[in-house]
Amino acid sequence: MNDMTPTREQREAALEGMGCKRKRVEDIRFTQGKGNYVDDLKLNGMLFGDFVRSPYAHAKVTRIDASKALELPGVVAVLTAEDLKGVNLAWMPTLAGDVQMVLADGKVLYQNQEVAFVIAENRYIADDAIQLVEVDYEELPVLVDPFKAMDADAPVLREDLAGKTEGAHGPRNHHNHIFNWSVGDREETDRAFAEAEVSIKEMISYHRTHPSPLETCQCVASMDKVSGELTVWGTFQAPHVIRTVASLLSTIPEHKIHVIAPDIGGGFGNKVGAYPGYICAIVATIVTGQPVKWVEDRMENLSTTSFARDYHMTTEIAAKKDGTVTSLRVHVLADHGGFDACADPSKWPAGFMNIVTGSYDFPTAHLSVDGVYTNKAPGGVAYRCSFRVTEAAYCIERGMDILAKKLGMDPADLRMKNFIRPEQFPYHSALGWEYDSGDYHTAMQKAMDTIGYRSLREEQKARQEAFKRGETREIMGIGVCFFTEIVGAGPSKNCDILGVAMFDSAEIRVHPTGSVISRMGSKSQGQGHETTWAQIIATEIGIPAADIMVEEGNTDTAPYGLGTYGSRSTPVAGAAIALAARKIRNKAQMIAAHMLEVSEYDLEWDVDGFQVKGNPGLRKSMKEIAWAAYNAPPPNLEPGLEAVSYYDPPNMTYPFGAYFCVMDIDVDTGVAKIRRFYALDDCGTRINPMIIEGQVHGGLTEAFAIAMGQEIRYDEMGNVLGASFMDFFIPTAVETPHWETDHTVTPSPHHPIGAKGVGESPNVGGVPAFSNAVNDAFGFLGSTHIQMPHDAWRIWKAAKELGAHG
Amino acid sequence: MTRSSFEAAARWDRPREENDVIPGEFIYHRPSSVAEALAILASHGDEARPLAGGHSLIPMMKLRMAAPEHLIDLSGVADLKGIRDEGGSVVIGAMTTQHELIASELLAAKLPIIRETSLLIADPQIRYMGTLGGNVANGDPGNDMPALMQCLNATYLAAGNGGEREIAARDFYEAAYFTALAPDELVTAIRIPVPAAGHGFAYEKLKRKVGDYATAAAAVILTRDGSTVTGCSIALTNVGDTPLLASEAAEIVTGSGLDAATVDRAVAAAEAITNPAADGRGPAEYRTKMAGVMVHRALARAFERAGS
Ligand SMILES: Cc1cc2nc3c(=O)[nH]c(=O)nc-3n(C[C@H](O)[C@H](O)[C@H](O)COP(=O)(O)OP(=O)(O)OC[C@H]3O[C@@H](n4cnc5c(N)ncnc54)[C@H](O)[C@@H]3O)c2cc1C
Repeated sequence: MNDMTPTREQREAALEGMGCKRKRVEDIRFTQGKGNYVDDLKLNGMLFGDFVRSPYAHAKVTRIDASKALELPGVVAVLTAEDLKGVNLAWMPTLAGDVQMVLADGKVLYQNQEVAFVIAENRYIADDAIQLVEVDYEELPVLVDPFKAMDADAPVLREDLAGKTEGAHGPRNHHNHIFNWSVGDREETDRAFAEAEVSIKEMISYHRTHPSPLETCQCVASMDKVSGELTVWGTFQAPHVIRTVASLLSTIPEHKIHVIAPDIGGGFGNKVGAYPGYICAIVATIVTGQPVKWVEDRMENLSTTSFARDYHMTTEIAAKKDGTVTSLRVHVLADHGGFDACADPSKWPAGFMNIVTGSYDFPTAHLSVDGVYTNKAPGGVAYRCSFRVTEAAYCIERGMDILAKKLGMDPADLRMKNFIRPEQFPYHSALGWEYDSGDYHTAMQKAMDTIGYRSLREEQKARQEAFKRGETREIMGIGVCFFTEIVGAGPSKNCDILGVAMFDSAEIRVHPTGSVISRMGSKSQGQGHETTWAQIIATEIGIPAADIMVEEGNTDTAPYGLGTYGSRSTPVAGAAIALAARKIRNKAQMIAAHMLEVSEYDLEWDVDGFQVKGNPGLRKSMKEIAWAAYNAPPPNLEPGLEAVSYYDPPNMTYPFGAYFCVMDIDVDTGVAKIRRFYALDDCGTRINPMIIEGQVHGGLTEAFAIAMGQEIRYDEMGNVLGASFMDFFIPTAVETPHWETDHTVTPSPHHPIGAKGVGESPNVGGVPAFSNAVNDAFGFLGSTHIQMPHDAWRIWKAAKELGAHG
Repeated sequence: MTRSSFEAAARWDRPREENDVIPGEFIYHRPSSVAEALAILASHGDEARPLAGGHSLIPMMKLRMAAPEHLIDLSGVADLKGIRDEGGSVVIGAMTTQHELIASELLAAKLPIIRETSLLIADPQIRYMGTLGGNVANGDPGNDMPALMQCLNATYLAAGNGGEREIAARDFYEAAYFTALAPDELVTAIRIPVPAAGHGFAYEKLKRKVGDYATAAAAVILTRDGSTVTGCSIALTNVGDTPLLASEAAEIVTGSGLDAATVDRAVAAAEAITNPAADGRGPAEYRTKMAGVMVHRALARAFERAGS
């Protein structure tokens, strides 16, 4: 062989395919400030819309007078619910089967609710005009505490539902009740508890918080009155769904609606929902014939568009004295705010909360969830997690720690004892899921060995003694979490959004010179799809990732897909990409056979082309094959080299991981310092280890924020508190702990490349690890459970109540 | 009476009635002398506001908690800049930035507590813009410099259309956003008596994160002779409507050997004068206790640092 001929390894490396730590190609523009976001868009004659919002959490709206605002030069129009009624859009359907006011229709149900939409020539005028819109309110009694929502004398929030005893998910048994959702075998579960040798019961709350992408929700809507075409640029995690919903609501035919999601500055679930701002901008452009931009500010974002969590989980575990768990019983009170606008697949009012059995082999279990209305903002999005999976993980991982304490067992040992064993996969859980694959013991053991778990426990013991002797005011906590996620929604047999099945798609087109354009139904918001999707294609069809362009977000060009959230892109779109690529490779094989004048069956795939079996010198590269595909295809084969694939997954995927947090707490101030955080993730096949590491770092930082203080609070009047970055905890580089990452690899058996998804694991697994560390630190002083968030004053309060202040 | 910079209630973390990020309309002035600035102030009265670094005022304007019609940018007034050594005292021009306070070798030598405190304010970007004058004139109990100035017994030099006068930092603050400054007056400089050589000092600040105002903070300056405290001054940040001079606590420790019982009494005396608001940093009880912890720690550190 000639020295210049690249070796197999060199050819492989040149692809930068799966497994390569390829640098993110999108970062070239992001780091230079050259991204193209919605708010960068400026169209001729573009108007700006902004909301008049309610200062009250619950009130009748008795009068709206916009006349003074309309007198201000530059104000074009002011929309109210009355105007929207003309186009049947005063209310809109929610993803959860409820309806939601677009603009206040006679009353408001939460502070900062949208009351009127001011349309002006620019942002400044719009803001001035907002001050001039006069609104009269008649205050009503406010309901903030979800535990009081179903009291007999609780105020009626949803007068529009008067007399409706049946909701989208079955019977409602109170005027503020939304649904009850139950899964599992109640009788068996009750029996297991009656016979239990040991049991625990604790109300574990996961407080209300909010995703906080750098870019808030925004859109530009532009109606071409001549062609009747509507174009909407927006921060959409699921642009095709937005197009379908816009068509259904507006009756504009779907082919005349163009939805474009340009670069998105983070989503974390915040950009899945449909918000009044989108509807009002669309109506405004239809009314005015001019493009209309709507951009949320930070306070609007935090106080109105889609909170997350707010689950209050009464958790019971039954076990034998030796620690073997026998049953799990969970009741959730879910605070949904004024409207049920949860972003879950339509048939799942509590998302996949029934993953709550976690990583453990529970023979029986029962879960029951009651959703209630309160005077708070609507939402309930999956904040960097699959639907309600982070709530489920928190519930079971706190529960296991509480059980360990009661049994006097080490929490890591208790987990080891109860893990689903490798030979039990595919594993059917008591609450109805089929776990695809896992090797929990190996992952846990690796994590414990790496972090030096046993010696940390010894150190903790010594420190507790020192604390008791008064030698130190610091206590030490070790947080253990072993989580199993359920991601990749999902099989069309059980997952849809407003009737649209949750498949995903990819289209790959190889050009004659061997470069590629590919488009997907997914939509990156920072996950790095332009980098990783190209890597999958590179490995599958042997074309360097650098020669592959990935394009997402334009509904005119991309194949229909359900978008990116719930860690579904790699499990679903990623599979579609691999399968579309394989179609191309199959055709390439036919072309190569023709070129080499051999039978297809005499060929074998080798990195970046086909070679004749037993004669590797006789080969055709993909580059050569691409040219031939267009210019010299075999007879009877149509020219061209492209493929589309739509993928309806046979099952979800189940990533898992073992996280450990070591924390030191100053009992006098309540300040917690993270000494170490170790995260072992198993997300199956790893496409780009560097991107995985980045995703884990980001998710852990969010988890740290949520567990340690990030919260949307309300006072008893329903005033939303802390909805600005002065108060809403976003850690800076100074507060953020150092992250140690690690992995094991257990591929998904049903996914074409064995990948499971990773972006959300660190948020799901991180929160329980932090919270367990705080709780673990205080355990020796007699505490069982301390509620999140663990900000300094609450930790201090716990310390005080446990007598740590002397 | 006082310039009501903002309504007493206009605080960051208060639930807001309107939702804005865009200021109202205003006219921008950029005078080049104090006299010129005072003339503009005089002709517009309450409608005019001086603008220093803008890092308190502009956020307030964006929230429309402040809506001045005339903004008088002081950054072109050279006389308001600079740090001067006047022997027994140091005079700092109102427009000196927090970054310049940190960089000053003079302050590092004579008043090191100023650098220590400045480094705990916000972040470098904000400190490049934010000024000492703006920080002390703002009247927000969350600002760190006012308590420090009270601890150091500083004097604010004010100029108005009626002439110049001096106001002690300890007499300056009346309520949140209400100060002794008249609407047509400017703070031109701050004069700080230099504490005895070898003095001990500490500024202890508890905050939730970088860029946050104090949950509670304490400034301590003390001198010692052997193991005895010979002089002490203590002031507290953000645990009341105004900065608080903890004179009783300081008296308790003066003359003592800073033994545990004395420190406990001083801490209790400091806690007793607090009246913090409950907010996202915690309930009032917590913030009072944290003021105590900060005093405790600042005393210990200042004592350790003091040369005997
Ligand atoms: C994110 C963030 C975090 C912060 N954290 C802290 C912190 O931890 N601690 C802290 O102390 N500060 C903090 N600040 C405030 C910062 O230090 C400000 O810079 C400071 O409070 C005001 O100084 P300024 O020069 O910016 O004044 P400006 O904002 O320009 O003015 C403040 C007020 O003082 C008046 N004023 C200004 N100069 C004069 C003068 N010479 N005479 C009379 N009146 C005058 C103005 O009219 C205005 O009412 C923070 C600010 C931000 C944005």
